[in-house]
Amino acid sequence: MTDAIAFKLNNKPVRLNVDGDRLLLWVLRTDLGLTGTKFGCGEGHCGSCTVLLNGVAVRSCLRKVKDVQDKEVVTIEGLAKEGRLHPVQQAFMEHDALQCGFCTPGMVLTAVGLLTKNPTPTREQIIRGMEQNLCRCGAHTRIVDAIQTAAGEMKGGR
Amino acid sequence: MTTEDYVALDFKDSMELFPQNRREFLRRLGGGIFIFVTLGELAIGQEAGRQRGGRQGGPADFNAFLRIGEDGRVTGFTGKIEMGQGPITSLAQMLAEELDTPLDTVEMIMGDTERCPWDMGTFGSMTTRSFGPALLAAAAEAKTVLMELAAEALQVPQEWLVAKDGVIFDGRNKDQRRTYGQLAKGQKIERHLQGKPTLKDVAKFTVVGKPLLRRDGRDKVTGKAQYAGDLREPDMLYAKLLRPPAHGAKLKNVDTAPVKAMAGVQVIQDGDMVAVLHEFPDMAEKALEKIKAEFDLPDPTVDDKTIFDHLLKADPQGRAVAEGGDLAEGRKLASKIIEQTYLNSYVAHAAMETHSALAKVEADKATIWASTQNPFGAQGEIAGAIGLPAQKVRVITPFVGGGFGGKTRNTQAVEAARLSKAVGKPVQVVWSRAEEFFYDTFRPAAIVKINSGIDGSGKMVFWDYDVLCAGERGAAQFYAIPNHRTTARPSGRQGAGGGHPFATGAWRAPGNNTNTFARESQIDIMAAAAGMDPVEFRLKNLSDPRMIRVLEAAAERFGWTPAKSPSKRGYGVACGADAGTYVASIIEADVDANKGTVQVKRVVCAQDMGLVINPEGAQIQLEGCVTMGLGYALTEEVHFKDGKVLDNNFDTYELPRFSWVPKIETVLIDAKDSPPQGGGEPAIILMGAVIANAIYDRTGARLLQLPMTPERIQAAIQKA
Repeated sequence: MTDAIAFKLNNKPVRLNVDGDRLLLWVLRTDLGLTGTKFGCGEGHCGSCTVLLNGVAVRSCLRKVKDVQDKEVVTIEGLAKEGRLHPVQQAFMEHDALQCGFCTPGMVLTAVGLLTKNPTPTREQIIRGMEQNLCRCGAHTRIVDAIQTAAGEMKGGR
Repeated sequence: MTTEDYVALDFKDSMELFPQNRREFLRRLGGGIFIFVTLGELAIGQEAGRQRGGRQGGPADFNAFLRIGEDGRVTGFTGKIEMGQGPITSLAQMLAEELDTPLDTVEMIMGDTERCPWDMGTFGSMTTRSFGPALLAAAAEAKTVLMELAAEALQVPQEWLVAKDGVIFDGRNKDQRRTYGQLAKGQKIERHLQGKPTLKDVAKFTVVGKPLLRRDGRDKVTGKAQYAGDLREPDMLYAKLLRPPAHGAKLKNVDTAPVKAMAGVQVIQDGDMVAVLHEFPDMAEKALEKIKAEFDLPDPTVDDKTIFDHLLKADPQGRAVAEGGDLAEGRKLASKIIEQTYLNSYVAHAAMETHSALAKVEADKATIWASTQNPFGAQGEIAGAIGLPAQKVRVITPFVGGGFGGKTRNTQAVEAARLSKAVGKPVQVVWSRAEEFFYDTFRPAAIVKINSGIDGSGKMVFWDYDVLCAGERGAAQFYAIPNHRTTARPSGRQGAGGGHPFATGAWRAPGNNTNTFARESQIDIMAAAAGMDPVEFRLKNLSDPRMIRVLEAAAERFGWTPAKSPSKRGYGVACGADAGTYVASIIEADVDANKGTVQVKRVVCAQDMGLVINPEGAQIQLEGCVTMGLGYALTEEVHFKDGKVLDNNFDTYELPRFSWVPKIETVLIDAKDSPPQGGGEPAIILMGAVIANAIYDRTGARLLQLPMTPERIQAAIQKA
């Protein structure tokens, strides 16, 4: 059973004929070739598959592709604009806030979602906002530092 | 060598380097300067050779290999892999230093069996301390060749020449110069390093020792970095495999008919392996759910409660890994004797990337991209499984999404290869989280018994240590105890009669987490028995200057003030050694006695790892050790019953989270004169004991089993 699904992906319109019950994660990774969105646990526990849906960080392993109809999806590949990194990406790099890098796309997008909701979070608010994302290498301290730096950078309104 | 052999090796304090003869690939590389180094020709190689004695290693050829291309670019080739621990940066840094060339002209090719020299695997914190010297030697030799070429080209004696930033010039006339590219142009020079090279004086280092950001950072924050599961080949299929419900279960019958009717699904049955394949992974998973299978379940065996009695039953013979003095004499001198048993549970690796592989098997060759810590081991496993000679199997290692010892067994790569051979198309296998938990080679459950004593002055007079199943790494104590014996009994392979109910293997600093938990807990108990401050007690009983130095450095940074434990402050201390590195940690923790929960507030960790190549990388690894260590100390424990692994995702198996992470302060000891040692594992070994000691200091309750869950903490407080 195929459905015609149309949505905006990384600022470009997308039209797909797919089974609308398929999960967004797999449609992104296979049909659309965007492998920056990672599979980590498949049950919403780890956050590796996080994408932005209308600016809100969601887990693509729990979303059916038909649920993004007419909405706007941003994956890690769509975050940098014209080769210019998003301040959160830049801050992750400058703080070395990653090791193996597998959880990183989900961490970055969760942080972007967090800063959209609350542009001037306290350290405690960052920790609470990131709490449901898992990192096995132990980059947590640096990730919090990076998000604080990015929040400072973004105050200009970017 | 089988996987079992080299995994077993990792439980020991040993070197593991086995060169192999493989030269054909040179021809494909074009012109330039090529340097080969065989570790057997170097001092460090002699040690490797001793360890190798009696083992089936490959014939000696070379371990390190580098090329200076005709464009002057430097390429280092290594069988080591990048899984987050940072060699993609630190190895390039070492090459740039020794070769006097800008870092951005240096590239590392890693973990490709066709292009890189044979390597046993990336584990045991071996990359810098074992492979590093070979790489430096290759660079030094390359520089010698460049100097010879420059002397000839410029018609000046070598001693007048200066190398800097990829250029060699005449020190008296700087216009007389040649770039490395100019020197390598049109050459095809091949050198095999003989004897020990003259390395650059550490005092002249300008690149090594400087903190450098990760070179893979940009690719990893943009989603460009590719892992094995991200790779695509034309016409590829995704496979999902039928799994047994329990270890030891046998497939009785299987009905694949309902699946065969589904569009686009292919079913492969090959012995016990039943797989469904589809052009989309989620559709393959859906199809798998439709397969009807019956299994014969194994007889009830053990669970996570009965496991320790079960392991004790096997009672395997141990061997003395360290011994000195006379235990009976020591006992006579003791005024207080402490006997204690420490338990540790099975722990999962739980890397965020599950085991993944893409295999493309053709008529007479195969290419497999795999998430693996030992591509050359994978090559052998795959070759055997699909009936090709090893040299026809190429294993390529893209970025690996965390390993921690868990990616040394390459079952998923073998599965992908077998399926690709069967369907004649490229096949990708990416394990689900449940498969990852089920097939993980867990850190083994273990039991440590210690009997030790102090005299009236607070000196330890005897130490009798027996470890079962953890492994011997880190078992030998390092205090100045005149009468001591350390017995290590096998790490315990899977099997009946007291063996583990599933596979076990190396987990970040294998053996040492358990051994250090037991030893440093016992030391604290003795300090309390002696009525002494735990730092003072350790210093009184230590004689190794490097251990004393890290402990004093940690105490100084922490602002330690002496007090007998329990002081109610919640301070804990522990020290240890791993992978040639000395570490000491002091922490402050809060305990909620009602809930049984612990919040570690501050960790100070001092580390002496010899010469530090990349202080930034070393610090990140240390922070990672502290953070990951919170998990095995406080929550991580695999639950199981009768061959079933009851944890299959992160809802029940709890990894450390942001809110758990303390303020982490690191002190890297300046030890430039000592060779570089391991950094990816040492600091994690302290986390069990240092938290147990802090809990005792806060509450007076002594925890003897890891992880220190709320239930166990509450029980210990009740008892105290």
